Amino acid sequence: MAACRCFQIVIWIFLGGGKTNAMDKNLSPYFTHLKCRECGRKYPKEAVHVCDFDFGPLEAAYDYDAIRAVLTREVIQSRPESMWRYRELLPIDGEPTVGTQVGFTPLVKADRLARRLGVRELYIKNDTVNYPTLSFKDRVVSVALSRAREMGFKVVACASTGNLANSVAANAASAGLKSYVLIPADLEQGKVLGSLVYGTNVIGIHGAYDQVNRLCSEIAGKYGWGFVNVNLRPYYAEGSKSMGYEIAEQLGWKLPRHTVVPMASGSLLTKISKAYTEFQKLGLLDAGERYTIHGAQASGCAPISGAFKRGTDIVKPVQKPDTIAKSLAIGTPADGYYAIHVMRETGGAAEDATDEEIIAGIRLLAESEGIFAETAGGVTVACAQKLIEAGKIPKEESVVLCITGNGLKTQEAILGKCGEARLIKPSLREFEELIAGEVTV
Amino acid sequence: MNTVRIPTPMRKLTNDQELVQAAGANIGELIDDLEKSFPGIKERLCDQQGNVRRFVNIFLNDEDIRFLDDKGTALKEGDEVSIVPAIAGG
Repeated sequence: MAACRCFQIVIWIFLGGGKTNAMDKNLSPYFTHLKCRECGRKYPKEAVHVCDFDFGPLEAAYDYDAIRAVLTREVIQSRPESMWRYRELLPIDGEPTVGTQVGFTPLVKADRLARRLGVRELYIKNDTVNYPTLSFKDRVVSVALSRAREMGFKVVACASTGNLANSVAANAASAGLKSYVLIPADLEQGKVLGSLVYGTNVIGIHGAYDQVNRLCSEIAGKYGWGFVNVNLRPYYAEGSKSMGYEIAEQLGWKLPRHTVVPMASGSLLTKISKAYTEFQKLGLLDAGERYTIHGAQASGCAPISGAFKRGTDIVKPVQKPDTIAKSLAIGTPADGYYAIHVMRETGGAAEDATDEEIIAGIRLLAESEGIFAETAGGVTVACAQKLIEAGKIPKEESVVLCITGNGLKTQEAILGKCGEARLIKPSLREFEELIAGEVTV
Repeated sequence: MNTVRIPTPMRKLTNDQELVQAAGANIGELIDDLEKSFPGIKERLCDQQGNVRRFVNIFLNDEDIRFLDDKGTALKEGDEVSIVPAIAGG
């Protein structure tokens, strides 16, 4: 039966996919099909995300020989500074139509933070200023909605811990698509308002993210919507690779020796590794260059870090996440298994940080580099600090920290933890009394 | 009997039915009963060792069976069981 299914799919691909919509007129010669990551079965480029046979994740597959023939450093550098300068490695058929200005965020050489953490060469990949909604989720949504349009979806949706909801809402608005975003009801106000403002339909669910996710899987099976992280997930997830491509290009076509990545589902970590590997495979980077990827979670929801530390790849779900890092509070991480394998295979490690350490991490990054990260950024900084102190990141080797979201969205987490404004009347005398001993004129 | 909610990728095996009926004293027995009605379904849900596959979530009412007793989770008349692909979200 399985063999029969494969045969049907091969015929389907050979015939060009069966559909007669616009996308068939402009099929990508680079993005060829979807493939089950578990069993390798091939699937057509449709709105499907799991393998019929074993429920394994479907992933975009490419013709790397065709890409190698056209994609050089010079070609990439000649293109506009957005994530779409790597378009042959992203899974859409035509030109991007949503989020064309997303990405190419700064890679900041963070010397002051490096001194504080005790390493020689440190960089921040600063997606706190990603366009348009100030998180790395703009990358995945740009791909998912461009693909959704190619497939003819009129309604798009997502299950989100906040940042994704913001990005789907904003990008759907700009694309003229109707959207529904489903979120846990207790998210930070900045993330709720940061979706509502775009005129989307915000549905707050009384429950944890994993319950929202389960509901969305059921809705996606019933309605003909494009759920970016359910039935469009193979396309969506690939958008994260752009962060890895940019890091390599911005470092002068080199890889950092260490990359520290926050983990919610674990997808971003696996895709950064895929990006590095693809660039090596295409000859855009030295194939012999070693890299190590480390993962960071919050101690209050650390299913991946916990499994890594126990020495297993069996990810025990966290039933009731309890952390201020709500954007990472996924108790049943879809890509946890794969993230563990990437960390092990690259010689990396997993770490986790308490709420107190997360706040300290946010403040350390802000005070040393002027970058205000959301709670997930605090997790990444705090975990990097632990990895450095433990010698898992040697002090003389280069490090990139992936900072994925903006602190203005999670202000509640640090409210009252950074001091208070000192209030005075508009009086020079009061001002001078206040700062007496602090500075000299 | 119990109602079982079938996810889209598996409905080819259930003649496109979203809700089917199956019986059993626990989840393991329910899967065996599903197999009798819909041959091939057990192979999709369980690996060669008989364990629920890594990317399959099974919920008894609203609770993930991994927080209960996995395949040994007891069922009572009228319980609703949902099969949901694990790969989603994030």
